[in-house]
Amino acid sequence: MTTASAPAIECGSERLPGGFDPRRLRRQFPIFDNNPDLVFLDSGASAQKPALVIDRVADYYRTDYANVHRGVYRLSARSTELFEEARAKVQRFLNAADPREIVFVRGATEAINLVAQSWGWAFLKPGDEVVISELEHHSNIVPWQLLRDRLGIRLVVTPIDATGGLDLAAFAAKLSSRTRLVAITHIANATGSLVPVETVVELSHRAGARVLIDGCQAAPRLAVDVQALGCDFYTFSGHKTYGPTGIGVLWGRYDVLAAMPPWQGGGDMIVNVTFEKTDFQDPPHRFEAGTPDISGAIGLAAALDFIEELGRENILEHEEALTGYGVDQLSRIPGLQLLGAGQRRLGILSFDLEGVHPHDLATVLDQHHVAVRAGHHCAQPLLDKLGVGATTRASLGVYNDERDIDALVDAIEAAREMFR
Amino acid sequence: MIDLRELYQDIILDHGRHPRNFRMIEHPTHTAKGHNPLCGDRVTVYLTMDGDRINDVAFQGRGCAISTAAASLMTEVLKGKTEEQARELFAHFHARVTGGAETLLSEPLAEEMERLEPLTGVKAYPARVKCATLSWHALEAALKGNGATVKTE
Repeated sequence: MTTASAPAIECGSERLPGGFDPRRLRRQFPIFDNNPDLVFLDSGASAQKPALVIDRVADYYRTDYANVHRGVYRLSARSTELFEEARAKVQRFLNAADPREIVFVRGATEAINLVAQSWGWAFLKPGDEVVISELEHHSNIVPWQLLRDRLGIRLVVTPIDATGGLDLAAFAAKLSSRTRLVAITHIANATGSLVPVETVVELSHRAGARVLIDGCQAAPRLAVDVQALGCDFYTFSGHKTYGPTGIGVLWGRYDVLAAMPPWQGGGDMIVNVTFEKTDFQDPPHRFEAGTPDISGAIGLAAALDFIEELGRENILEHEEALTGYGVDQLSRIPGLQLLGAGQRRLGILSFDLEGVHPHDLATVLDQHHVAVRAGHHCAQPLLDKLGVGATTRASLGVYNDERDIDALVDAIEAAREMFR
Repeated sequence: MIDLRELYQDIILDHGRHPRNFRMIEHPTHTAKGHNPLCGDRVTVYLTMDGDRINDVAFQGRGCAISTAAASLMTEVLKGKTEEQARELFAHFHARVTGGAETLLSEPLAEEMERLEPLTGVKAYPARVKCATLSWHALEAALKGNGATVKTE
């Protein structure tokens, strides 16, 4: 990291050993200046942006903007350099072996569609199996269903156990020589269940299958090391990681990416074009047709700087402690049932309140300035399995503290009073 | 702060807790399902028509207090009305909750509309308007008789 761009983070809290003070950290998020009463508990849907990310994007447009990879002039070269520096930043963030393994996409959804349409079309035959889990949200279900319907592959769904965690024994039993890919979440979007992805990767590789990990909820909370994980693809969205919307990352091991055909055609992804034939670039540019979201990538790099400056261990410690506090406080509310998350829950508290529909609850919470998600959290099959049509979900960020949980609990009590 | 009781008036809470005509009609002449994919709410509306007059109307489903109360109140005002009157009421109600151009109602319907008035609090909550109109959309589909599930999205 360059010290010049390092954000000035106000630390110095005595409350968390080696941690930080969320209340002081909030001052770096302008949304709270403009909405002083806001109790924001919806970072799982999208995180708020620190000023340095907002400013970085604006500064880039003000001082360094030009298209990338095509201009001879110096401004374009500078813009290209910043864009490629952002790629190198993501590489270090994921501890990837090579910046060429980082493909910029619109978000995790696009990343998964890219793998389905490029890798899937090239390497899957009718009868081959793709395994997903019951914990997946729609973006890791639907792309595979589309592929199944077009290619005649089989989509195998591996179940959760009674506690809401991934059933590893059942998963192992689903694997066979027909399994070609396992596509699984790192942390479940709807329940916060942490999946033991290391074991999943080991079992999958032993069966000869590749592994894609959806790291949307993990990237903002956990230190992710793709080389240590040993997976083949890893993906996350910028906007859930305190970065801009419209930018996301697909990481793929270089040899895997290099064997994959393009999925979208256009400028920037070619070496030579005639009306008869086109030669394609090597990864990552092969997968980045057209002008990319340059400012998004640069803003994302600033967000990753922000996270690293805070310290990913500190963030994890903070979120674990606050998740624990949330579980304790919510569990005391009569009629409130937390959705099971297996052995380990991180950053997400999803619950059902007896006699109060989530939409009514969310409306009352909103009146108390508490912003949560109500609905199916883009994970309808999981909620069906858990026997709830919709739930209320509170999800945490670096700016949340116990007072936010207390405000949530007070607002839930007010709703219980109203709908008694 | 907008007073939440404007939205959750006693009549809404009452119909949300104890919906009227919350039952299945064994042999309806018309029926349709409504689904709000955003929240997972589902409603099935059943009608027994005698010519163009609504003899009986009932509903089943799961939903929030607003959508349950809206369906309940709808069944209460529709009994004995003609198909034309039902459409007229829906058009007026829809305009009232969305802030659209209001139509003039004939005298007996104006009285029924007053009973639906407590639901118009949703106007201040754009995300909740669909909760109030879901059962009416299902009713409209039932009257059209195409049997499809209507979606709010």
